[in-house]
Amino acid sequence: MKAITWHGKHDVRCDTVDDPEILNPRDAIVRVTSTAICGSDLHLYDGFIPSMKAGDILGHEFMGEVVEVGAASTLKKGQRVVVPFTIACGSCYHCGKHQFSACENGNPADNQDIGREGYGYPMSGLFGYSHMTGGYDGGQAEYVRVPFSDVGPLVIPDDSIEDDKVLFLSDILPTGWMGAENAQIEPGDTVAVWGCGPVGLFAVQSAFLMGAERVIAIDHFPHRLELAKKFGAEVINFEESKVYEALWDMTAGIGPDASIDCVGLEAHGAFADNVIDQIKVSTFMGTDRAHAIRQVILATRKGGRVSMPAVYGGFVDKFPLGALMEKGLTLKTGQTHVQHYLKPLYTAIAEGKIDSTFLISHRMALEDGPTGYRKFHDEQNTYTKIVLKPGMQRSPLAA
Amino acid sequence: MTDATQDQHAPPNSDDAPVTASKVAKPVRALVAEAVTINCPAQELYAFWRETANLARVMENIQSIVTIDDKRSRWTVKAPAGREVSWESVITHDMPGREITWQSAEGADIANSGRIEFVEAGARGTVVRATIAYDPPGGAIGQFIAKLFQREPRIQARRELRRFKQIMETGEIATSARNRRIAQEQAGD
Repeated sequence: MKAITWHGKHDVRCDTVDDPEILNPRDAIVRVTSTAICGSDLHLYDGFIPSMKAGDILGHEFMGEVVEVGAASTLKKGQRVVVPFTIACGSCYHCGKHQFSACENGNPADNQDIGREGYGYPMSGLFGYSHMTGGYDGGQAEYVRVPFSDVGPLVIPDDSIEDDKVLFLSDILPTGWMGAENAQIEPGDTVAVWGCGPVGLFAVQSAFLMGAERVIAIDHFPHRLELAKKFGAEVINFEESKVYEALWDMTAGIGPDASIDCVGLEAHGAFADNVIDQIKVSTFMGTDRAHAIRQVILATRKGGRVSMPAVYGGFVDKFPLGALMEKGLTLKTGQTHVQHYLKPLYTAIAEGKIDSTFLISHRMALEDGPTGYRKFHDEQNTYTKIVLKPGMQRSPLAA
Repeated sequence: MTDATQDQHAPPNSDDAPVTASKVAKPVRALVAEAVTINCPAQELYAFWRETANLARVMENIQSIVTIDDKRSRWTVKAPAGREVSWESVITHDMPGREITWQSAEGADIANSGRIEFVEAGARGTVVRATIAYDPPGGAIGQFIAKLFQREPRIQARRELRRFKQIMETGEIATSARNRRIAQEQAGD
């Protein structure tokens, strides 16, 4: 089959590799019909993620058709499914609490050592996101082996709902939603959202649905700010305005009741010894982005809530711990517990409460994936979201 | 060879931390202790472990575990140059649903003993605690075995208990291999 593979910094290829097979009873094989490039895939593209190996298949946002099932899978051949990026067993203590991204069994036993060393306890497995989170093949491919297919994938019963509408249930929609939920929004709140990438834009929509009176969105790409405006947000372009001063004035000296950091830092998964150099590089390269969470903590009102769906991996220097404590802020964060949100968010899409397709700017053939990575990385203003479609006619321009 | 359960070195610590976390205790024999919490009743976990042949699915480097009788089993581990190392293991103490203690028989290539305990932990399931003690062996094959057991014995024990947990909680052992060929390559690492 064809698959988008990682070979090093800014070296992503479309390779022909062996097809996947059923290995465990709860597995299913999915033929991918749509798969997106995520902002967090750019951290892999930029070479910031340790424990990547040449040839790893990328992609953690995908959906498709079930073509094969293991003996214990509850899926049926021919069903359309959206697959959560978190690989969770559904039966351990954490899954029982719906903390699916903390699943104790989704990550293979040997791979869990890395997370234990880095974070104290290993996290769940993830599709296409380094060997620390399991070394699983990703979804930017023609076929994927999906473990725990009886508890993860959501079956899309309605064939009239096209892929593009439900694809983002796999990651960024639940991630934006959980980001807003963690901000514990109360009716009448003013909510500030840092970063208007896909997650930030879904957080803007979610915050309004949860009762926010005002949402103030912060970014520097004019097109992305326009999208935020479309959903009713007021915007701050940090290249034109001073963010803290703007928020102070816009809230008449109170500050946002809740803030959501959808920016993050290019320093995931940094864990002691073997990646210490990478940590140094990452923290240096990521200075501007660490600036976001520092600014969030400074700007949020006293007794306010800070939600951090943004991905951080290692250590952050000059973290304003004093402001966090003195103002009595609440900080909530975590990788998304995707399985918990699939059904309610599917319903919200089907009922038209959430616009889930507005951010797609480009659709490409799977083979054009390497071009897609380059464009998404270099031209963020226009390339807001790329969906790869296996089987689609290649663009002569992208070749 | 004494039983692992009698080989706990009284920790000089004044706190409640287990001896394995001690900064000051100095064990005279190689000792590995590791625990895991499994979301299953103790009796089920005990039953899996009591069927000794099951352990080949969970443990690393095992070529085969053959049951001889209710108490005894023969363990075979692959060694370099097509050789293999083997010993007989005897269950010395058996408390159904609670604890199993074992010891290698006379003449083992690597003399070892151990204990596995199952303690009910309410809504969390069962705490499973494994303690393994062994005498560092001599000779060339002993060196290989020493490497096998001692390179990262705690990491190895931890991985084995994770696999045990995966089987009991999910019915399978998680793998990120794409297909059987890759799975076999990984197993051969």
